[in-house]
Amino acid sequence: MGDPHSATFASEPLPPVGIGDRVRTWWVIIRTALAERMAYRGDFALGTLMRFLPIITQIFLWGAIFDAVQTADQGGADSSLRIGGYNFPEMVAYFLLTMVARAFSSMPGLATGIANQVRQGEIKKYLIQPIDLVGFLLLTRIAHKLAYYTVAIGPFALVFFLCRGYFTDGLPPAHVLIAFVGSLVMGFLIGFFLEAAIGMISFWTLEINSLLLIFMLFSFFLSGHMFPLTLLPDSIGWLVNLLPLKYLAFFPAAIFLRKIPDEELAGELILEAAWLAFFIIACRWMYARGVRRYSGYGG
Amino acid sequence: MGAELLIPNRSQADDSRRLTGTLAASRAAEKTPAGSWAAETRRYLRVFLTFARNSLIRDMTFRADFLFHCISSVAWTLMNVGFYLLVFRFTMMIGPDTGWGRDEFFLFLATVWFINSLVQAFFIPNANEFSELIRTGGLDFALLKPIDTQFLISFRRVEWSSLSNFAVGLLIAGISLHGLATRAESPVYLTPLTLSLYLFFVGCGVAIMYSLMISLAATSVWLGRNQSLYDFWFYITNFSRYPMEIYNTPWGRPLLGLFTFVIPVLVVVNVPARILARPLNPRADWEWQLAVWAVIATGLCLIASRWVFRQSLKSYRSASS
Repeated sequence: MGDPHSATFASEPLPPVGIGDRVRTWWVIIRTALAERMAYRGDFALGTLMRFLPIITQIFLWGAIFDAVQTADQGGADSSLRIGGYNFPEMVAYFLLTMVARAFSSMPGLATGIANQVRQGEIKKYLIQPIDLVGFLLLTRIAHKLAYYTVAIGPFALVFFLCRGYFTDGLPPAHVLIAFVGSLVMGFLIGFFLEAAIGMISFWTLEINSLLLIFMLFSFFLSGHMFPLTLLPDSIGWLVNLLPLKYLAFFPAAIFLRKIPDEELAGELILEAAWLAFFIIACRWMYARGVRRYSGYGG
Repeated sequence: MGAELLIPNRSQADDSRRLTGTLAASRAAEKTPAGSWAAETRRYLRVFLTFARNSLIRDMTFRADFLFHCISSVAWTLMNVGFYLLVFRFTMMIGPDTGWGRDEFFLFLATVWFINSLVQAFFIPNANEFSELIRTGGLDFALLKPIDTQFLISFRRVEWSSLSNFAVGLLIAGISLHGLATRAESPVYLTPLTLSLYLFFVGCGVAIMYSLMISLAATSVWLGRNQSLYDFWFYITNFSRYPMEIYNTPWGRPLLGLFTFVIPVLVVVNVPARILARPLNPRADWEWQLAVWAVIATGLCLIASRWVFRQSLKSYRSASS
């Protein structure tokens, strides 16, 4: 779009695109998307705050469960009780941290957006202009996320401040924090490329709503959004642990709460990076195959 | 024009003719001096049945889509069942000495799904469309119809696929009731009295949810657009999905008060589920008081939502043409 080379005709050899030009293009895309998002910041902040409401009921539910188990066990309060490896404050901290993880990894409208563009023929524009669809979407998404964080940081800070008592161990040491941030960033990228890959399926099927509903169903329960995955019985737990869905919510929270032993941390992060690489390749490959199949439906 | 409004998405000539016929007949009935209360009720019932039939015909036009909707909503429900089964691997009860053991709690959940599926089938599509009608000015046509506007707006569409969760609820309620009746320690039996009380209070619950929904939808008159309507509704009613005992902590008591007396979503599921989950006698005083309050709250909510709806119509200025 903002690329100065878009006016060049194909008959002349294209001059090589410098990195400076590329960065300038990216910057224009990010700025536009940012402005678009900031237009409705009031609605945005309110929406973010409201999204914490289900957490409140979760906290009360788990509070009641912990109370019941403690009373049944020894008829007295005992903070050492653990369910799935989590005591009550950790459980609350876990749900708050998965909110942060989801703020990174959730991609509302990404797959449906791609499917709509394929169905309506808008994808043509990426085939003609010297802009890469996946790259463009990624940049827009980064801008949307940045806009989201600038607005959402207020509600998040408020809720974390109110709930600081549940973080009994305080901040984890530096290397855990770095791993936590790394897992958040990779969670964002895995979320992006995973959902973009689902969107690419629309090159073959045109309609992906049904598929997306199934994906959302599994992602909601098996990403750890609903409960820590360590609660699962071993018979299914091992399988869920093999799935990449855990990187969308469970994994970053587990790192922060030091549920992943230090010696396994590096290995787990490398595994996550491998999954990320897999999804990047899958998404790219599907896009390349899809474009070859594409026949320009709609306008 | 009328047909367009009543069948907003597809022009099925058959349906519209049938519907126009019904409306014409009902208009005729209105003019007869015998337009007594019973005749009026019959008229509204006939119009409603026409709406329900039209919706079913429309749903059956896209059978695969319909089937998929059923499957996916049942899948969500089953995942929830899985989650609570998981929870009951760790605890015998939700909250100490609250009586919400596994069978009782699943009866509670079944009640949640009964009420939710009814609300989703009958009211959510209509409330969404109401907001849209206000935004586009399509409400003009509804106002012209010779029938109560709130009735017309509230019952026009029925999403039959949402009732699949009702079936799941029946299944789970059946299993839990069987479990309660056959357990060795203090079994609970279903009696005609408890069942009729249960049905009555489920009805009250649905009415409260309806009032909340239609009031929220009516606010789009003032807000212009109400996109997060469904979100807001979901977040508020989320509080009603758990036994009220879990809010009985120093922190939770303000919420308990707010959602029992100001926005009475807590009585929606709690009152009927409690009736079925325990023997009718003996009960604590507060349980009877809560049940009475549920009836009063239902009345108040219906009156309040009627008032809000009327007010919103007064402020309505037709949009676009």
